[in-house]
Amino acid sequence: MSVDQSDITKVALLARLKIDEADIPQYVDNLSNILGLVEQMSEVNTNDVMPMAHPLDAAQRLRADEVTETDQRDSFQALAPQVESGLYLVPKVIE
Amino acid sequence: MEWEVVIGLEIHAQLATKSKIFSGASTAYGAEPNTQACAIDLGMPGVLPVLNEEAVRMAAKFGLAVGSRVSNRSVFARKNYFYPDLPKGYQISQFELPIVAGGRLEIQVEGEDARMIAITRAHLEEDAGKSLHEGFQGLTGVDLNRAGTPLLEIVSEPDMRSAKEAVAYMKKIHSLVQYLEICDGNMQEGSFRCDANVSIRPKGQEKLGTRSEIKNLNSFRFVERAINFEVERQIDVIEGGGEVVQETRLYDSDKDETRSMRSKEEAFDYRYFPDPDLLPIELDEAYIEAVRSMLPELPDEKKARFMAELGLAEYEASVLTASRELADYFEEAARIAGDDAKRTANWVMGDLLGALNKAGKEIADSPVSAALLGGMLQRINDHTISGKIAKQVFECMWNGEGNADSVIEAKGLKQMTDSGEIEIIIDEIIANNLGQLEQYRAGKDKLFGFFVGQVMKMTQGKANPAQVNELLKQKLA
Amino acid sequence: MHTKTIAQLSAALRSGEVSSVELTTLFLERIKQHNPALNCFISITETQALEAAVAADQRLKAGNGAPLTGVPIAHKDIFCTQDVKTTCGSRMLDNFIAPYESTCTASFRDAGAVMLGKTNMDEFAMGSSNETSYYGAVKNPWDQGRVPGGSSGGSVAAVAARLAPAATGTDTGGSIRQPAALCGLTGLKPTYGRVSRFGMIAFASSLDQAGPVTYNAEDAALMMNVMAGFDERDSTSVEREVPDYSANLDNGIKGLKIGLPKEYFGEGLDDNIARVIDAAVKEYEALGAVVTEISLPNTGLAVPIYYVVAPAECSTNLSRFDGVRFGHRCDDPQDLFDLYTRSRGEGFGAEVKRRIMIGTYVLSAGYYDAYYLKAQKIRRLISEDFHAAFEKVDVIMGPTAPGTAFKLGEKADDPVTMYLSDIYTIAVNMAGLPAVSIPAGFVDGLPVGLQVIGNYFDESRLLNVAHKYQQATDWHLQLPKEFQ
Repeated sequence: MSVDQSDITKVALLARLKIDEADIPQYVDNLSNILGLVEQMSEVNTNDVMPMAHPLDAAQRLRADEVTETDQRDSFQALAPQVESGLYLVPKVIE
Repeated sequence: MEWEVVIGLEIHAQLATKSKIFSGASTAYGAEPNTQACAIDLGMPGVLPVLNEEAVRMAAKFGLAVGSRVSNRSVFARKNYFYPDLPKGYQISQFELPIVAGGRLEIQVEGEDARMIAITRAHLEEDAGKSLHEGFQGLTGVDLNRAGTPLLEIVSEPDMRSAKEAVAYMKKIHSLVQYLEICDGNMQEGSFRCDANVSIRPKGQEKLGTRSEIKNLNSFRFVERAINFEVERQIDVIEGGGEVVQETRLYDSDKDETRSMRSKEEAFDYRYFPDPDLLPIELDEAYIEAVRSMLPELPDEKKARFMAELGLAEYEASVLTASRELADYFEEAARIAGDDAKRTANWVMGDLLGALNKAGKEIADSPVSAALLGGMLQRINDHTISGKIAKQVFECMWNGEGNADSVIEAKGLKQMTDSGEIEIIIDEIIANNLGQLEQYRAGKDKLFGFFVGQVMKMTQGKANPAQVNELLKQKLA
Repeated sequence: MHTKTIAQLSAALRSGEVSSVELTTLFLERIKQHNPALNCFISITETQALEAAVAADQRLKAGNGAPLTGVPIAHKDIFCTQDVKTTCGSRMLDNFIAPYESTCTASFRDAGAVMLGKTNMDEFAMGSSNETSYYGAVKNPWDQGRVPGGSSGGSVAAVAARLAPAATGTDTGGSIRQPAALCGLTGLKPTYGRVSRFGMIAFASSLDQAGPVTYNAEDAALMMNVMAGFDERDSTSVEREVPDYSANLDNGIKGLKIGLPKEYFGEGLDDNIARVIDAAVKEYEALGAVVTEISLPNTGLAVPIYYVVAPAECSTNLSRFDGVRFGHRCDDPQDLFDLYTRSRGEGFGAEVKRRIMIGTYVLSAGYYDAYYLKAQKIRRLISEDFHAAFEKVDVIMGPTAPGTAFKLGEKADDPVTMYLSDIYTIAVNMAGLPAVSIPAGFVDGLPVGLQVIGNYFDESRLLNVAHKYQQATDWHLQLPKEFQ
């Protein structure tokens, strides 16, 4: 399985990654090689195998419905690139 | 060409938990921006979700209430997309294995036969934050207080055939989630909202037409208007020789139209996969039965009981069970009133709802409580006051002048039941209206009403009407 | 003093032979002296360390010290530490100071251990050589022209050079064991769920597990006694009693059933390494263990499925780094899309971008079944191979890595070759099992690690098995020349 330039462009768009045009051929190469490595999987018969999402066969633990968090807006927003009036700011979202 | 409208709804009900679905931050509405967004809600590096047990219980309650299978095993999945109000870049939702699978709900549009609407599934997920587009030049402000609020997304089959049916279905779910006390139903605050999938097809055709999805409808009126607009638009498109495109549209309530949210979704590919930070929810039969035993009486059960036990007509029972508050109010008032539940029903549906409607108030804010109304109805039932006088008493109670007994006392509204006293008044009236008496006796029966009116006038309406009728019949004969 | 184990340091602190302030000062001096060459540390927390050392000395004096009270250690820069920068080896988090503490580092803090600093690592733990760090490559103390392994390269190199007596690391596909092997240390990856992941920046959530990097098994046990345990803030943390990992170290291993997977000794394994492993196994036989050959037939598939599962999980784990609430934001974003793509494009390095793209690709519409779902199914097959093997044997042994430390830059341009250096370690993460790498010899002056894989929650046995070997051999006592 190999990928082409349009796959790289599409995936970079989905993943919101800016990729330099000049680097695309290398990504094509790298990703094709990695997918080539992955390709071995297709030789395995997995018809009756249940997918395993998790190493441990356990169930989700539940938490009591209690408010345990306090307001820490100031310490969180000290990390933010741009805030105003308690809001995180981003370039205008057009709807 | 005759067109058939096909509608399916995706309703989002915020679950009324105290804390968020995956964090211990408060879900209370209206706080200062981002003061209720903890590290988990903000998607900070390294922090992890832990599931709120109450959200699970509420979802299970809903499942049981719509006759669904509550899944023994359900799985959280990540729905991946970038948006500023989605801090992690993915929404934790359920995809392949939702907590509630299948179900149904009967709806009724006034004047039509009842219809069953199938519910495909209901799944747990987290709400996103809010983007504020006003007030920051060229920028959008993001408030993540709402991020992580538990949502139950209730997905119907495309079973509805008109905007009216869609509204009836949405109202029914709205009422149900409040009956179950799993959602406050506050639509202004966005606690209950829906997306509508709308398509049309030539009548008789089985294949579904291409649908559009109208996002974020947060009032019953908007649902109806948006769907009606969208149906007209689709008919125009097709009859004009065009094709409906599958897309997301936004309803603009100011212009009363839907418009395309452009094709930013072109690049959308949600890449759902099981969330590795969360394990499957496993609910055994004992758990499910325990939830079942906690279910309150549901609207349809209550309606049937009101008809069977209280002798209400189907319409009355429907109206009075439309919301749990109204049903509770009615039952409480009827219990205090003692007998004649039908009279209570008439008062609640007539005077009370009328007054509330006029004042723009909800039942919960009624100045006349169920206890007050019931107390007044008791006085009608024991003939202390007449139904007519009761209207005056009701108005006084509405204005905060005390309970029925104190109003009756203060205003001297007690019904006159001493027949001797009434007879004296009747004799006086007859003496003053001999001409009318003559005409009545000559066969002008209608004048009986005139005499009743005179008595009521003289007694300021306090005479017992039945008694007046009887005495007049004797005297005028 | 700097060559002592933490067990020895703990004893010295308790007896008053040395104070925590003295020890901390000693290691801070060593860091200042050697870090410029080795580049093990991203942050050196001198002030906080000395404060913590003073507090530890008071606690020791008051007689309520815990075994690690006053012992200096280093933490991989993947653990969020309150008020101290946490970069995860990335430009993305170059300015990130978490307002919260990871459960793992909090446990050490509460035990009175002194944090010397935060160690260098492959960016977001993605790498096997520590060359993907935004903060530059880490050098192997045994040969500074070579890599220390990765991704916990900074932690391992720091301990190997005796800049810290012990360190924490994390292991997603071998990130503790492989560098431990390449630097001649003991590195333990516990059972998935044994150590809390809360506050540990996620790479691949279903594989990540924190563990200790130490001189020997005895020290690893002391570290595990602090790290292991249930944490209600991590849904994948296991609610299960934590044993005293030091208690069974000296148990005899006569009759211990060792399985040698034939797949671990075939093609791709350097002959010299094979000889070292054979010799180690012979040593175990001399100690009374019984060796049998076993088969883990799906071993060859571990690397391929890893490069589906780990990128898939990381591609979405790393979506939160979007330049909105924290982390790198590009200058003058033109619009929202520009903000996202440039912040992420600039903030992430090449390897991270590659993995995000692979992960995005394998999860995208049309490929999910063929890649992600298929990999999850094979993951079960790999896991079942181990279950079957543990029906017959107590532990599984083999090489930790197919070769010794490679030269800086040698594999940097070829991701696939680099990925294959984790061929023996990855399957263990897929199954969620515990495994330890211990020093077992040298090839051309470079350390070789023996990997011992145990059954679920059998860390005590692994440490016992490692400890018995370390009592019979002195490989773990060897020091790189410059740092003796």
